Parts: sequence; C-alpha cells; structure tokens
Amino acid sequence: MSLARTERMLYAGCRLASICSGLIVLFIGFFLFKESLPLLLKINPMRFLNDPGWHPTEGQFGLFPMFAGSLLITVGAMIVAAPLGIILAVFCRFFAPRKIANAYQALLSVLSGIPSVVFGLWGLVVLAPIIRHVQPPGVSLLAGVLVLAVMILPTIALSANAAMTSVPFEYLQGAAALGFSKWQRVWGVAIPAARPGIVTGMILGAGRAIGETMVVLMVCGNVVQVPDSVFDPVRTLTANIALEMSYALSDHRAALFVSGLMLLFVVMGFVAISESIRAKVIEK
Amino acid sequence: MILVAASSNLTNKIKQGLILSLSIYLGGMSFAARNAHADPSESQLVLTGSSTVAPLAAEIAHHFEKMHRQVRVDVQTGGSSRGIADARRGLADIGMVSRHLKPAEEHLWEFPIAYDGITLIVHKSNPVDGLSNNEVREIYQGRINNWKMLGGRDAPITVVNKAAGHSTLELFTDYFHLKQQEIRASVIIGDNAQGIKTVAGNPDAIAYVSIGAAAYDSGQGLPIKLLPVDQVSPTLFNLQSGKFPILRPLNLVTLEVPEGWVKKFIQFARSPEMKSIIQEQYFVPRPD
Repeated sequence: MSLARTERMLYAGCRLASICSGLIVLFIGFFLFKESLPLLLKINPMRFLNDPGWHPTEGQFGLFPMFAGSLLITVGAMIVAAPLGIILAVFCRFFAPRKIANAYQALLSVLSGIPSVVFGLWGLVVLAPIIRHVQPPGVSLLAGVLVLAVMILPTIALSANAAMTSVPFEYLQGAAALGFSKWQRVWGVAIPAARPGIVTGMILGAGRAIGETMVVLMVCGNVVQVPDSVFDPVRTLTANIALEMSYALSDHRAALFVSGLMLLFVVMGFVAISESIRAKVIEK
Repeated sequence: MILVAASSNLTNKIKQGLILSLSIYLGGMSFAARNAHADPSESQLVLTGSSTVAPLAAEIAHHFEKMHRQVRVDVQTGGSSRGIADARRGLADIGMVSRHLKPAEEHLWEFPIAYDGITLIVHKSNPVDGLSNNEVREIYQGRINNWKMLGGRDAPITVVNKAAGHSTLELFTDYFHLKQQEIRASVIIGDNAQGIKTVAGNPDAIAYVSIGAAAYDSGQGLPIKLLPVDQVSPTLFNLQSGKFPILRPLNLVTLEVPEGWVKKFIQFARSPEMKSIIQEQYFVPRPD
C-alpha cells in the first residue's frame, strides 16, 4: 500500500516536472513572439531575410547574414570537433593504458567545466593574433569555429566514450574470435554499435555551439556579412542580441526579438534533422 | 547504449542544476537578509543608463551615501537609450544619458554633470600620428584600406566600429558626415573596453572611443595612442576650453522637476566638490 502511494507520488512528481519544463519552453516561445509581434505586423516578415543590410535604426532589418553566421560557425565547429572527439574516445577506450585513459577523461571533464568567457578570452588574446598573422583582422569565422570546437570537444568525446564503453563485451570478443584485427574491431564493430550515443553527443555539442554567445561575441568580429572566406569576421544571431539589446528601443528592440525567434527556429530545425538522422541510425 | 550515454549526461545536468539552484537560493537569501535589516525610513534612488556615465555616477553615489546614510543609490548600466526609456516610464528615478537630448526627448529634464570627448585610437607602435577628417571618413568608408596610403606600415587597416544604438556611434558618424550604412568595418564592438582591448591587441587597428576610458587605460600602460581630431589633441586643456571638436555632455535626466533626494543627488553631482572625482575618471568638469 505504502509502496503504491510512493509510486503514485513519484508519478505525480514526474508529471508535474515534465509539464513545467514543457511549459517553460512554450512560455519563452510565446514571449519572444509577443515582443517581436509589433514589428512582424508592421513590415513584411520576408524582409528579415531579404533586406540588403542590418541597420535597425534606419529601418533595414536583414537578418540573413547573422542566420548564415550562426549556421556556419556551428557546422564548422562540428566538422572540427566531431572527428577529433570520436578519435579521442577510441584512443581512451581501446588504445590507451588504463591510467592514461582515466587521466584523459578527468582532463576532458575539467575542459567541459571551463566557463565560456575564459575560452573567449583565450581566443581573443592568443588565437586571434595568430590568425591575424596569416590574414587580418584575426577575429574571424575561423577563430570562432576553433574556440567553439575546443568547447564542444569534451561533450562529444565523453559521450562517445560512454557509448563505446557500453558496447557489449561479447561483440568485441566475438569479433576477436573471428580473427578481426584491433583496428577492424574498433572501426567495424565498436563504432557502428555505439553510433546512437555518438550522435547524441554531437547533437548536444551542436546545441551548445549554436547557443554560445560570449565566445562568439569576443572572437568573431561581429561584422554583419555573409563571409567570403573563413578569415572574414561574422556576427551570429546570439551575438547580435547580446551586442545591441541594451541599446535598443522600439523597432530595433523588436527586431532583436525576431533574431531570438529565428534562433529558436534554427534550433528546432536542428533537433528535427538530428532526430531523423538518429532514427535512421537506430533502424540500421 | 543510448540510455547509458543519456543517463550519465543526466547526472551531470542534475549536478549542475543543483549547484545553480543552490547559488540562486543563497543569493536570494543574502538579498532578503539585507532587506530585512533595512531601516523603514531608508529610501532608495535608482539610476540606469549609459555605460559611460555609470562608473562616474557610481563613484558619486558612493560619496553621496557616505553623507546621507539613510539613502541607498542603485546604479545600473544599459546604454543611453535605456536611460531615456527608464526615466520616461518611471522605472528609474534618474536616467544617465551620454549625449544631448533629441527633439523627441525634450520633455525630460536634463542636467549635465560632466563632459566627455570621443577620439580615435590606434596601437602605440603605429607610426601614424594624425589624420585629417577626410582621411578618417575614407578609412571608415573602406576607400583607404592600407596604412601605407597614410605614410604608415604596409598593412591592411583593421577598422573597428561600434554596434548600432550606441551614442558614441551616432556622435562619430554625425561629426565625420558618415552614413552608418557606408561604414566598412572589420570588427564591431560593444563597449569602450572591448574597443580598447581590440586596438591594444592589433597593431593595425583603428577605433573611436570615449577619451575618458582611453586616457585611463593608456595611463595603465595599455599600448594605445590617442590621435588628435582635426589637429586638436585630446588633452584635458583642449577638452575643458571647448576646443576639442567631438564633445558630448554626460547627462542626468528626470521625468519631473527633481524633488527630495533626486534633487539633492543631482545638486551633489553638480557641486564643485565632485570636480576632482570627475577628473580622476578623465572626464571634463562643467565650466564654472
């Protein structure tokens, strides 16, 4: 009887918690929409993509360069961090001596706990000057991609490692019994079996990258443009809000909420795409 | 497998969440405790607005609180636009605005407490010592894009601009007859400090910032150089005599005619005793 009661309470508690977290997302979405509505009603929403520039105080609201900036920087960071993270996990799991592997994991955990503003500072005073020697001004898409890659590397590596650790031992044993080399066991058995976990880690990493504000504000240069090369500065949707919100009034302010709304849609699109990838991976 | 990965992540999230909520809880407690001890007769003044005025206002507030123990002064930044908006809606007792009021804002009461100039800064190692107004305009339009064209090193110019909405940007574009849309920037920054750091870290950059902030950081040893504007050096003397061309008032604004503590604070901020504090922050006191 008492067990049933605890269970009922647990059930009610879980339900309450999940309703709350769901509602919070809805509330935030509603709030963003409400704050951007005055401008959305005033001008054609397509103008946010088509306007030639972002000069909100002069009535031009082109958000497309920021949209492209956010997307490019996230994709770039993934391209750098995902292979590295997976290789790191493979090294820890299959090739490194136990002690080194443990030390490595501890190091990665520390790396994941460093506040983003510290990464930003590092990018600004160390990385950007190095890039500037290759091609000025240094603060650029490339700087943002590299710093974000370092930031999301632990997320990807740690979840890939956890996923590979949970690959049933029998799979690997069976593969070894069939005469697979170590590399074949890793590449042909462990990684495919761990793929859903690896994809989850990548999604979490991408989520962190696209929402990151402080780092990109510091190292990307914040110029509103679709970059021609990785050395060009870019501005992301998040940096746009952080940079201008405290100075914005009326239409300008509403336009920044539209940036937020757009970011929400980008993240939704991201989740949808990654969910469909994961569904396919699991099916396989 | 996915469950394992997700659950190890979940425990991490829970840990982070716990730490976060604990710190919020503790933060809330200290706040509550302070309120509980507050004298019921204590009054509070809220100032919001310009990030240029805020450090000065905070310093003045500090001295004001020492003299009047029953008053607490709360200074929050957020840009001149917020200073105007908050004063208008009554969210702040006093708004801080680092520019002249615009025609649409003239129903507010404005009280200048000091003046600040805006000047161009470059890296200390940059051999260029002065630019004509036309050269500045062409640099910001991207028509001059290498220091060699100005007698400097053979290096592309990194043009640092401010984000939209800053009063510094408005003042700069007005003075140099630039349109915001024609500026070709390589880096866009938020506040003065970020601009100064960018120039200190990049020998080929040029930026425009508050003279107060630049002179202070240059005095602290940062490798930046303040350039004259229209051949007038940004010295305290030139600022004070009104010779320096880009000068702006640092204003306190109110919605109503100031009364009570608001009036006392504004009078205090404008009193001769505050002159040394204003100069310590490299701003220009009001002429007597």
